Amino acid sequence: MQLARVIGTLVATVKNDSLHGRKLLVVQTLNADLEPNGKPMVAIDSVGAGVGELVFWCRGKEASFPFKREDTPTDCTIVGIVDSEDHVTR
Amino acid sequence: MILARVVGNIVATQKNHRYQNARVMLCRQITPEGDDTSYSTLALDSVDAGVGDTVLIVQEGWSASTAATGEAGAAIDSAIVGVVDRIDLL
Repeated sequence: MQLARVIGTLVATVKNDSLHGRKLLVVQTLNADLEPNGKPMVAIDSVGAGVGELVFWCRGKEASFPFKREDTPTDCTIVGIVDSEDHVTR
Repeated sequence: MILARVVGNIVATQKNHRYQNARVMLCRQITPEGDDTSYSTLALDSVDAGVGDTVLIVQEGWSASTAATGEAGAAIDSAIVGVVDRIDLL
């Protein structure tokens, strides 16, 4: 899992059937110092995250496990919202 | 598996239900010599690791889910599976 900041939303009208009703968010992954790290990615939301929030996301096959795992095509899913930046102890 | 140092942890109230009662640790990958790398990751703790510990992190879903929650099939891609006592290099 990686820390990330939600930096935007994304709308796709035409998409895989099993993605219908899912919220797509643009996330910027952060390093341990909460600085941007790498290119932004698109993630499916499973916890009700919104723009500006600090979240963490799961990669790979496991990313589809919060949904109907056999047929949800995703490799990046937001699985938690960090309570605040003060809650990241370093 | 990767070598990492635990640098902190995060608190998230809103998260995937399989993360309930788990500790989410912020870790920075290190070289076998002990130098920091630029890669950091979140991992679920399964061995009571603490901040400052050098740990072994598995980054594969089935193993990570099983180690951290006792059951496979969770949206978990990384887990701490050992605390490193020492490394001997040639």
